[in-house]
Parts: sequence; structure tokens; C-alpha cells
Amino acid sequence: MTGSMPTYVGMPAFPAAAKTAVADSQLRRNLTHATTAIRTKRAKAVGELGDWEDLRQAAKAIKDHVLANLETYLLRLEENVTKAGGHVHWARDAAEANAIVTGLVEQAGAGKVVKVKSMATQETGLNEALAKSGISAIETDLAELIVQLGDDWPSHILVPAIHKNRAEIGELFRRKMPDAPPGLSDDPAQLAAAARAHLRNEFLAATVGISGANFAVADTGSLVVVESEGNGRMCLTLPRTLISVVGVEKILPSWRDLEVFLALLPRSSTAERMNPYTTIWSGVTPGDGPEDFHLVLLDNGRTDALADRTGRQALRCIRCSACLNVCPVYERAGGHAYGSPYPGPIGAILSPQLRGVGSPVDASLPFASSLCGACYEVCPVAINIPEALVHLRAKAVENHRHYPERTVFKLSGYVLASAARLAAAQRVASLSRHVAGRKGRIRRLPPPLSAWTDTRDAPAPPPESFRAWWTRTRGNGG
Amino acid sequence: MRIGLFVTCLTDTLFPETGKATVTLLERLGHQVEFPRTQSCCGQMHFNTGYRREAAPMVRGFAAAFDGYEAIVTPSASCAAMVREYHPVLAEGDAALAKQVAEIAPRVHDLATLLTDVLGVTDVGAYFPHRVTYHPTCHSLRMMHVGDAPYRLLRGVRGLELVDLPDAETCCGFGGTFAIKNPDVSAAMCADKVAAIRQSRAEVVAAGDNSCLMHIGGALSRMRTGVRPMHLAEILASADGDGA
Repeated sequence: MTGSMPTYVGMPAFPAAAKTAVADSQLRRNLTHATTAIRTKRAKAVGELGDWEDLRQAAKAIKDHVLANLETYLLRLEENVTKAGGHVHWARDAAEANAIVTGLVEQAGAGKVVKVKSMATQETGLNEALAKSGISAIETDLAELIVQLGDDWPSHILVPAIHKNRAEIGELFRRKMPDAPPGLSDDPAQLAAAARAHLRNEFLAATVGISGANFAVADTGSLVVVESEGNGRMCLTLPRTLISVVGVEKILPSWRDLEVFLALLPRSSTAERMNPYTTIWSGVTPGDGPEDFHLVLLDNGRTDALADRTGRQALRCIRCSACLNVCPVYERAGGHAYGSPYPGPIGAILSPQLRGVGSPVDASLPFASSLCGACYEVCPVAINIPEALVHLRAKAVENHRHYPERTVFKLSGYVLASAARLAAAQRVASLSRHVAGRKGRIRRLPPPLSAWTDTRDAPAPPPESFRAWWTRTRGNGG
Repeated sequence: MRIGLFVTCLTDTLFPETGKATVTLLERLGHQVEFPRTQSCCGQMHFNTGYRREAAPMVRGFAAAFDGYEAIVTPSASCAAMVREYHPVLAEGDAALAKQVAEIAPRVHDLATLLTDVLGVTDVGAYFPHRVTYHPTCHSLRMMHVGDAPYRLLRGVRGLELVDLPDAETCCGFGGTFAIKNPDVSAAMCADKVAAIRQSRAEVVAAGDNSCLMHIGGALSRMRTGVRPMHLAEILASADGDGA
């Protein structure tokens, strides 16, 4: 069934949101600086492995196998999590997932929860849902904390506060962090230390932790969280109750499969050979870690996407962000323009599939790409994002009646499908060269082509098309 | 070799010099070039914008025009990629057409790799005494995988000084209807490409696709940079005495 992501309702279409972002020179600088750095590092980390392409194809094959046999693996996961002492819940959409989590937190009698960075709970808008029941959710990932303190939205999958530089973060901490040390500077080490001290108190007091998971191993009922800061380890081990909200596509059949992904994910996402903290747990272990573990398996539009032969490849995504970091559109438009916790190229194919194309932003996302293909090239699970984008564009055209555009494309399709009609059109176009300005360049065209000539000259048609030249000089042969 | 020229609708209509240069070059190398006159468009613009139904007749038309050619060359890696990757998709459900497309599609080459890989030449006997930088277009790089073929060809041109383009592999922001549907992001990408071209201090920016060159050239001209966009074919066709 179609899912929902309540956080971003009311976003304008991508081109409008991007227009504002493109004009923000500070944002452009921050993004270019950050993405250029991570791009270069990633290329180096990936280049170290001689069998990268084999790993990539293996990962693709594993994920496709799981997606083709999802029912089997979901039931196996449920069985093994339950056997290991955990409880499994099924959520069809965001509202169901949030209601289950809220109920569990209330049962545990907690007014506050600590959270590991989780895309699934961003997607469901869990923090806002908990707040409605009087429960405060503390984000413990540094960048998520920055976003939360700033009442802001994440703009990147891995680095949600990538749109902010350290001066902006320093200013935010001094203004919004109640226990920020006096005289806190913009020095990254000082900022991290301030966040660390601030969060330490939350970790020690928390009775409920909430997480997502990078992987769920069906054979053993194990969940895996991969992270850099150690905040995840705190949330996953200290509280008495642990609730993990996990998309149904996160399953891997066995431990052997995990090996492939642990080689691909850190290099693709943080450009590290291995990430600093990997936490793996299976159900509960008396005397060690949480005593009460709940796994909430989330659909929220995933089975809809699964039904689409071309679109379903988006479900292979392991949320590494490599596609964002290489995307020239993301680098200039920023993450917020995508109106979803999933920005960038993967967001452009994932959000419209999970949410449907009812809103202006979702309908515009498949078109938010120049189809340059840099995303596909770096994707560790070989998602052909350009192919999926073009596929979703066709669906958008089928579903939306944009009459002026449709007329233009029907007419141009009619002309271009025939050599004779094209030749006739060329003769007409050729006459229009007389209105061209300086050196055969057209400086102004009427809408919608004014979108071109606002910033770029257009070429004036030549006196003679290639086809006319060929006929004149070579006759009708050939 | 008897080579069918797929000139593309854009080059046919707006940049005929590129088509003429392709013919001149291949004939100079001793090949027979034919221009099947029923050809029109590969359908990429319609397909990429979501108008598949409108693109389908163009697939049929392409197959009819180029059936039987041993090699088909086009001065657009993007259109070549459209035929190779997506004509089979559009032909699905029509067994006869699908069979025809499956035979034709692998014979479609962009100019650079036709020269280096199929015809096995890197020195095409060209003379072009200018400082040139090369923009590797996205579809030539990532769909046609032309690799360093264009660079090898340019290095073989007498008199030509090839200069590096910073961030060469970043998209220029054309993207077909993307340039119209997302004009602000497209223009921002183009501005960065133009800045890189100016940084290279080249007189001429070359590429293997007139669509990207139309975009980059439109900005170069608007900003009065004096840098000339030029298709790779036109450089490779230049010879002593052309006064290029």
C-alpha cells in the first residue's frame, strides 16, 4: 500500500525549491565543499579493492534474491527474532508504525527516548508522533542533533546537517543547547565535545532506545547497526527497552551475505575501510543489554514499489549516500528541495514510489535529474537510477494531464517520426533565422523556451539543413 | 567499409556542419558513407521526458532506415546510447521489431569509438592549430563507455594543443528537457562548466555531442567569453588549407 511521510507535506515542486537553494551562496559553498571532499575520499577507498565490481554485482544479486522471496525471508526473520526473545510487530504504513512505537514507549512508562540515527523513523515522522503523546525523542547522532536543535530538516542521508558549516553550528549550540559550555568556539573538536557531554546525560538516564537497522539477518534473527560515533552503541545497549523500526527490504538471508555489504557500505558512505562501530544483536540476552526488544517491520509503500518491475530496484538501496555526493543536481539544489528524508538521486526514485505522485514535489522528483548517470556509476548495489527515473517519468506522464506539454510532445513526435515532415519543418525553421540576433544567436525566445534563453543563447537555424545539403550535393541516392 | 550515417535530428536541423564534417572525415579515410534518407530522430527527447507512446514510431522508423548496415555512425553518443539501451525496451511486445532492433542496435557507434575501435585509427590526418579542451559528455562516458578514445584522437591532430578541463566529468547541466524544466539548477551547472572552460584557457571547447555543445555554447556566447564550442568531428575533419 502507498505510504506516507508526514514531515514534508506542503513542499513546493522541486524546481521552485531548487531556485531558492541555487541562489543561496552560503549553502552552495557548504555543499560543494562537503561533497567534493567525500567524493574524492570515496573514489580512493573504492579504488583500493580490486574486486569492487564483483562485490557490487554480488550485493545486487543478494538483494534481488531477497526481494523476489521477501515473504519467505520475512517469516524466517520473524521466527528467529521471536526465538531469540524479541517481539515482532508489522506496520503497513507510517501511522501504524508510529502507533505501535508510541504504545510500546507508553507501556515502558517512559516520557523520553534516545534515538539512533534512523531513516525509517525519519520517514514515518516518529519524533513528531511521539511528541503528540507527550514523549520527547532525543536524536543522539551529532548531525541529527544539530538538525533537531535547529528545528531544521535533514538534507543528506548520512550527514543530515551537511548544509550547515561549523560557524553556523557553533552559533546554534550557543543559542539552543542548554548545557553548552561558556565560551564555546566554532572549533569542530570543541563542538563535538560539547555535544558529547550534552548527550552523555541523556544516555545514562534513558530507559527506552529507538533505532532503525542497516541489515536484518533472517537466519539468526540478528539486527545490524553500522555507525561512526558510538552513540548508536550507547542507545542499543544501555536502555532497558529497545525498539527497532526496520523497512521490510533490509533483510539479508545469512551471515555470509552480510560480509559483502560490510565491505561495500563503509567505503561507499564514509569512505572508510571499516566503520568504527558495528553493533549486532539477536533478540535479548539476560544480563547483557536491553531486556525487552521489539522489532517493527515497516512496509509504508515498499510493497507498492516491489510490484514495479523497473522501479523495485530502488529497494536494493543501503542508504550509503554515494549517489548524493556525486550528483551535480544535489550539489546545487541541496537536500531540502527534494522534500523528503531521502534526497538526491535515490530520493528522486524512492520518494515518488513510497509516497505516490499526488503532491507537487513527488510529481516533480523524477524530472529532477539531468540523467548524467554519475549516481549509477557509484551505487554499490548497482541501482540504475537513470533508468528508474525515465521509467517514473513515463508513469508521471500517464497519470498527469499537462495539456500544453502533451500537445507539444504529440506534435513534435508527429513531425520527428517522419523524414518528410522533419524536412518541411526544417525549411520553416530555416526562415526564422532572419529574426536571430548577433552572429546567428537567438537571445530571446517565448515561454516555455524563455527558460533556456534567460541564461543561454540559442542557435539560429542554418540556411540549409544537413539533409538539404546532402540532396543538393549528392542527389537522392544513399 | 559501407557506413550508414545517422546524423540525428538536432545536428541535421541546427548543426549541419557537423554532419558534413563526419562525411568528409570518413571519406578521407577511404570509407563509403551513406545517408539513409528516411531517417529522422531516435526518440530520445520523447522517451526521456516520459512520452514513450510518441517515441515508439521513431524506433520503428530508425530500424527501417538502418536495417542491413554493417556499421552505423552518429555524431552523438547520447543518441547512440538511446538506440543501444532503450530501443530494445521500446520494441518490447513487437517480436518482429524487437528482432530487428536487436540486430541493429549493437552496430550503432558514436564517431570516436567507430574510429578507434571499429576502424582502428587514432591519427585521422587532421590539422587544427588551436588550444583545445575536451568536455567528455555524460552519455559518452557512462552509457557508451568511450573512455579515452576522444583524447587519443585529439592528440593525433597536428598543431592542436590539448589542455586539461578541471572537473571534466561533471555534467554541463543540459539533460534534454531538464534544461527547461529545471532551468535554475541547469544554469548553475552550466555556469560552473563555463568557469572550468575559462580556467583551462582553451580557445575551443570540443565534445562529441551537439546537444551539450548547444548548452555550453549558449552560455559561452551569452557571457561573451570568446571561447568557441566545436564538435569533435569538425576538428578531426579539419586539414591543412582549411584556414581553420
